[in-house]
Amino acid sequence: MSSTTFLDAKGLACPMPIVRAKKAMKDMQTGDVLEIHTTDKGSVSDLTAWAASGNHEIKDQQQESDVFKFWIQKG
Amino acid sequence: MTEQKKTTIVLFSGDYDKAMAAYIIANGAAAYDHEVTIFHTFWGLNALRKDEPIKSNKSFIEKAFGKMMPRGADKMGLSQMNFAGMGPKMIKQVMKKHNAMTLPQLIDMAIEQDVRLIACTMTMDLLGLNEGELLQEVEYGGVAAYLGEAQDGQVNLFI
Repeated sequence: MSSTTFLDAKGLACPMPIVRAKKAMKDMQTGDVLEIHTTDKGSVSDLTAWAASGNHEIKDQQQESDVFKFWIQKG
Repeated sequence: MTEQKKTTIVLFSGDYDKAMAAYIIANGAAAYDHEVTIFHTFWGLNALRKDEPIKSNKSFIEKAFGKMMPRGADKMGLSQMNFAGMGPKMIKQVMKKHNAMTLPQLIDMAIEQDVRLIACTMTMDLLGLNEGELLQEVEYGGVAAYLGEAQDGQVNLFI
């Protein structure tokens, strides 16, 4: 069974979103999904590149006003 | 799992902004699962200084150097627009507003992420700094310690 972990990274500036994402991923199982909310504009390309490098898969990505939402599956 | 990648950074500069760039990259690389080493030499050593005065047996020149150089990361000046210390005050306010991490926070975060902080012992002698004045987490080495890491590093920077 895969589960979803939620990470609120709103208001955090570079490099914190990926630092927090990495920390959260550490305690997760392969196949689990990490849902991250950010407000830093750079985090969109940061998280995309970071996920690709770690062999994680971005399952979904949305934007609601100023908040960027990502669902990243641990690879 | 492939072999862990390595990032090495030489921090030569004693400027707050340049040290910030170095530590942001170091923290990012650690989040990328790299093994990260920051090699501090010359003015970059000041980022590792404790902020309180440390008693030691130093020569007159060494004492003068110790007084003139910033005691710790928070006291460092900017490479541009320092305005005799007003610049750092202003930029720290702006950083607070944008929720950016300060340099001391970035250094703490790097230590938490197991980034290796190495101080160059030869330049420590030149600047009259001793081990008691630097943060406890610091390791000591020379050029070979840096090269040993850098030769199989994917990212090597000099800042």
